[in-house]
Amino acid sequence: MTAATPVRIRLRVNGAERAADVPPRLLLSDFLRHQLRLTGTHVGCEHGVCGACTVLLDGASVRSCLVFAVQADGSEIRTVEGLAGADGSLGPIQQAFKDEHGLQCGFCTPGILMSFAGLADETPDANREQVEEVLTGHLCRCTGYRNIVRAAGEVFGFGDEGASPAHNAEMADAGTTPA
Amino acid sequence: MTDTLARRYVGASVPRVEDDRLLRGGGRYVDDVRVTDQLEAAFLRSPHANARIVSIDTRRAREAPGVHLVLTGADLGPLNVPLPAFVPDPNMRAAHTQLPLAAERVRYVGEAIAMVVADDRYLAEDAAALVEVEYEALPAVVELSEASGGPGVVHDDAPDNVAGLVEDSTGDADAAFESAPMVERLALSIERSLASPIEGRGISVEWNPQRRRMHVWASTQAPVALKHGLCRILGLSSDELHLEAPDVGGGFGAKIMVFYPEEILLPYAALRLGRSVKWTEDRWEHFVSSNQERGQIHRAEVAFDADGRILAVRTHFLHDSGAYTPYGSDVCFNTVTHVLGQYRIPNFKATAEVLFTNKPPVSPYRGAGRPQAVFVMERLMGAVARRTGRDVNEIRRLNLIPADAFPYETGLHIKAPVRYDSGNYQAGFDLALELLDPAAFRVEQEAARRDGRYLGMGLATYVEATAPARSEGCSARLEGSGKVVISLGLASQGQGHETTFAQICADELGCRVEDVVIRAGNAGGQDDGIGTFGSRGLVMGGNAVASAAKEIRQKVAAFASDLFEVSPADIVMQDGWVSVAGSPTTRLRLGTVATLANPFGYPGTWGAEDDPAVLDRVRARAGDHRPASQRIEARAYFEQPDMAFASGVHAATVEVDPGTGGVRILKYVLVHDCGVIVNPAIVDGQVLGGLAQGIGGALLERLLFDPQTGQPQTTSFMDFRLPTVDDIPDVLLGHIETPSPLNPLGVKGTGEAGVIPVSAVIAEAVEDALAPLGVRIDSMPLFPDTIVELIRSAAAAQGQA
Repeated sequence: MTAATPVRIRLRVNGAERAADVPPRLLLSDFLRHQLRLTGTHVGCEHGVCGACTVLLDGASVRSCLVFAVQADGSEIRTVEGLAGADGSLGPIQQAFKDEHGLQCGFCTPGILMSFAGLADETPDANREQVEEVLTGHLCRCTGYRNIVRAAGEVFGFGDEGASPAHNAEMADAGTTPA
Repeated sequence: MTDTLARRYVGASVPRVEDDRLLRGGGRYVDDVRVTDQLEAAFLRSPHANARIVSIDTRRAREAPGVHLVLTGADLGPLNVPLPAFVPDPNMRAAHTQLPLAAERVRYVGEAIAMVVADDRYLAEDAAALVEVEYEALPAVVELSEASGGPGVVHDDAPDNVAGLVEDSTGDADAAFESAPMVERLALSIERSLASPIEGRGISVEWNPQRRRMHVWASTQAPVALKHGLCRILGLSSDELHLEAPDVGGGFGAKIMVFYPEEILLPYAALRLGRSVKWTEDRWEHFVSSNQERGQIHRAEVAFDADGRILAVRTHFLHDSGAYTPYGSDVCFNTVTHVLGQYRIPNFKATAEVLFTNKPPVSPYRGAGRPQAVFVMERLMGAVARRTGRDVNEIRRLNLIPADAFPYETGLHIKAPVRYDSGNYQAGFDLALELLDPAAFRVEQEAARRDGRYLGMGLATYVEATAPARSEGCSARLEGSGKVVISLGLASQGQGHETTFAQICADELGCRVEDVVIRAGNAGGQDDGIGTFGSRGLVMGGNAVASAAKEIRQKVAAFASDLFEVSPADIVMQDGWVSVAGSPTTRLRLGTVATLANPFGYPGTWGAEDDPAVLDRVRARAGDHRPASQRIEARAYFEQPDMAFASGVHAATVEVDPGTGGVRILKYVLVHDCGVIVNPAIVDGQVLGGLAQGIGGALLERLLFDPQTGQPQTTSFMDFRLPTVDDIPDVLLGHIETPSPLNPLGVKGTGEAGVIPVSAVIAEAVEDALAPLGVRIDSMPLFPDTIVELIRSAAAAQGQA
């Protein structure tokens, strides 16, 4: 990749010990995706705004596009691939996204899941305001966010009340029959 | 075969098939595809908006570490000719598409000049920075309002920068204006924006010169068009080139250009090097080299009587096409054909100038010319209300097309007659008003004004012509496993086609939704079709699937009637069982029937669920004389020459802070009619996602260019702010369902609907909020500083008065 001497790093990723020689300028996002082949971490902007590349680094949610792989030496990384249960079932946040149609194209989703996973570790009873504050750190171009908040409500237990997401007010069938 | 199908899935919010893999990080987007020994590309792009290229020196780049190939336009030989235009367009006087690599002239900042292929992206970017280009800068054409008649020229054969003229009319608008009791005129504009899917564009090529097999993964909305186009351009057979759209991280129009330069250059570089090559668009590249849209300036007029009945509408507008016209006047004619919307207006004339500017090319972005049209019409409605002193929603109601007027001829005829197939606009309008509750809001607004707070209410109606491009195809096969495999060329970018198409098939075939496998995006080898755009995926693809499933059903029924020795009319298919009417125990699994029908007799165990007695009886009868033509498969093409018109009403209340110019949406009402709804959760998701994009377009997003140099000034998510969760209000959502008579499923498109009326709604609401200050809204988007300035100038104007 470059003439600069590769640096040996050792870290734990989703519970497994990993070691690699990486160029000093290699981004953590590229290291995870292209060297460890953990392609669930997506890269949307490479300037730290969209949040698609969010992973947990020693428990804190970080933008892996703003971290060099060498900076992660000795750390514990968790990515979306590590969210499912030991039996292979979807984790509670993942399941809630599925139940509430919280994703469409799915590209931004892993980053949001990781931020929520970090929040769940830190504040398991986060309220809607706290969830939305975390969610403002992510860009989703498909969903309009409301179903994501509803999914989070399932997990964090703040429910729909007060400010509900979209709901069908009424079905008015003004219909003719199909040809 | 009984024709009374039990509809089990269509109409139900079946959980998405796609979600499991996407939630585990198991999606496979272009940049995730693992190809061994793959090189990576980077591009040198023009830093000038308008310049002659004097010289290009690639020597240092070629010598840089890890570099395998550096290409300029001159290196491409006969390949460096203008890229294909979308369709021949008689409205264009000077149609231009760009070269794969600009050779003598660059026309926008971001236009590709050189391509570098290296061991990885880091090295490719290092080397691209070493390409030395000498430019002779020319005056840039930047502002749309001044595009014609200034010193700058984008293309030498169009010295006035006019690329094309569009005109359409119905009735006699000029005569109606001459005799009209009242006339209002507005100058209106909407600025440029862009799609910004969170996954940018990308193309990954695996090429094995020994086996002569190229596999291309492209983040595109039109994989089959791309495939066959590439085969023609590169001289490869369709067997040598397989191209598919894998998981795609959003499209919204930006991924259907056919061709972007990179889509030709990457396969070409692979052929030239005998190596696999990949390019992934970065965010900066999306801002400067993906297509953009919206920029229009209208001079609009409305003629009406004292009751507010509209007699005629005219608009003359300028349409910013950017530096090239790959889509000709398509966006323009969408604007022209959507101004009238839900209103019965007997006389209409629209004339448009498609203008070149030194900015990235314009092609449809979700909404595609329609948000501009609705903004124009609804601003005119506001003007009529003001002049007549009547409530704007009463004016709207007075002019709505009545429910008994369908099919409704607008009298417009660009490409084909613009005919609304079905609708019930009154019902939607009434429902929206019921949800909005204007009377209660006016009370609240009065009270707020007494407290010095500025609340306002806005509403807009719209129609959307959905499902352009008349054909789509699919192939289907019932297998011995009991699975129905359906392959489409149509690609998905998050719309959930794997789920909705499976629902449609399961209902038609009487099978379980989990037994339907949808392979979209040409991944399954169905390589005929068009693409996903114009809200056409469900209408065209869904009906093709229904048609194929129906044929499979007929073939199953014919074969099973022979097995069971009954008439085909007595065959019942439900839950994946094939049985005889009135004799429910005489039944076999669908997969068993497929196995029995298969003339090649593949080995395997027989279905454990099948009754052995029934199986023994029919296996003897199935015999070994089955002709291969009896295999249970189908290839279906669905044709719908006319467009299906979806419609809707949006309304909102807002609070405006006159000090900061901030706008907060208090309540949002969205009523929507897309015909028969296949999956309510997915439809709501599409509509709400569109709404978020509309809010971005109304209040947050605009592309800025230096007015002198044409330098883009919004090239990151820090300068161009997409909506985040705190920008999106809670929504009251209502549905009207008027099935389309144009297709068997009765469906209309829904992908773009949410975005279309939002700017019109917000404009009316903000204007209403600031009515005491005399503010008029005639330009979108509205940024806080715009609003503060509008308040200031309104105060100054009142001071002078």
